Amino acid sequence: MLTKRIIPCLDIRDGETVKGVRFVEIRRAGDPVELARRYAEAGADELVFLDITATVEKRRTFAELVERIAFQINIPFTVGGGIQNESDVARLLDAGADKISINTAAVRDPGLIDTLAARFGSQCIVLAVDCKQEGNISRVYLNGGRKPSERQTQEWVREAVQRGAGEILLTSMDHDGTKNGFALEITREISEALPVPVIASGGAGTPQHFFEVFREGKADAALAASVFHFAEIRIPELKILLHQQKIPVRLTGKDNDYGSGF
Amino acid sequence: MSLVVIKYNAGNIRSVLIALGRLGVAAEISNDPGRIRAAEKVIFPGVGEASSAMRYLQEKKLDTLIPALTQPVLGICLGLQLMCRHSEEGDTPCLNVFSTRVRRFPPGKKVPHMGWNAISSLRGPLFKGIPENAYCYFVHSYAAECCAEQTAVTEYVFPFAAALQKDNFFALQFHPEKSGDTGQRILRNFLELPPLKEGMQT
Repeated sequence: MLTKRIIPCLDIRDGETVKGVRFVEIRRAGDPVELARRYAEAGADELVFLDITATVEKRRTFAELVERIAFQINIPFTVGGGIQNESDVARLLDAGADKISINTAAVRDPGLIDTLAARFGSQCIVLAVDCKQEGNISRVYLNGGRKPSERQTQEWVREAVQRGAGEILLTSMDHDGTKNGFALEITREISEALPVPVIASGGAGTPQHFFEVFREGKADAALAASVFHFAEIRIPELKILLHQQKIPVRLTGKDNDYGSGF
Repeated sequence: MSLVVIKYNAGNIRSVLIALGRLGVAAEISNDPGRIRAAEKVIFPGVGEASSAMRYLQEKKLDTLIPALTQPVLGICLGLQLMCRHSEEGDTPCLNVFSTRVRRFPPGKKVPHMGWNAISSLRGPLFKGIPENAYCYFVHSYAAECCAEQTAVTEYVFPFAAALQKDNFFALQFHPEKSGDTGQRILRNFLELPPLKEGMQT
């Protein structure tokens, strides 16, 4: 049976992991490659790396990092953050990324999705959406959630999929950072309406939240950052709990092999 | 060992090269018939569309070369589909190494079939050391129908051939280069096959 995916997300600035990461036994806590390898060993199903580097010059550092990650880990990974055009995508896929995620640039120029899907294939184009509930409507925000757009979430993701987006990474800004659980309603609405996988993001605080977003939210995958980085939730234990609750997950069979932090 | 990865107009062969590098093997990428014929082993990977890939293979005369190879050949993803008799994608006659046909997943479930799924009914040398129901990473919208040549089965909408083997020809629908330690072991099993088809058993 196709399993539900658990996806840790790492924010990268100037080639280093941002935010303290409370892992024991890691020589350089900020080294994304080491972290990525540990997550892969712990049973993460995919990884997402978001480049939050502020300057264009430093973006080259990110592409170099992507190469190192590709060589070190043997599970799929997505990279995103600041992707503007076809050549950005070509560079990151050439460096070994399996998928790229686009957000603001796609809202500004929806035709970019068509261009990227035609050249690289829908399977590697993830549309990332930051959304916020405003009364009865869910609005798409841009620039890392700082700027409201004119688009409503549901119609935007539908259009994006028609244009060739192969997967949706849906972050609820209302839930992100709260640790009160994922946005179940909009995740379910979008997941049921669209023929492509939906990754839920924002709000993970407990293993039960993952159970809910898979069962109630109908998500295909769930993404989280700090609960994994700070070892509040350990992936092997999370997967066993989900498995016990009849959510199909990939158990790697090495669940006791990881040091503290995982 | 000389290993050639067949170059054609299908994407994403880089991750295969990286995975081979992880196993300490440097592969050559080539569409030159002489180089391909001379290799000890050949990998035929790819992500893309069946009819345009077949047209490219025909232009380069690889459509007759590949089925005639006598060393171990490993098709991956689109490579597996192109090694079948026919693909529904673009109603395309394919290389006919395997007698089965490739169908699109019907509407109803999400397509592509993307993520980790179990492989079962395993047989053949590629799955040495791999337990039943091991998980592998899939991304595909078309799948080969079950048949006598299947060496692994996966279920999504319908049971399909996740792996095929006939003599020296092997093929995987999933991406071993992205399937964690399981995938790495399968690739290693391929690299460790004897170089000629004699002695190779399903």
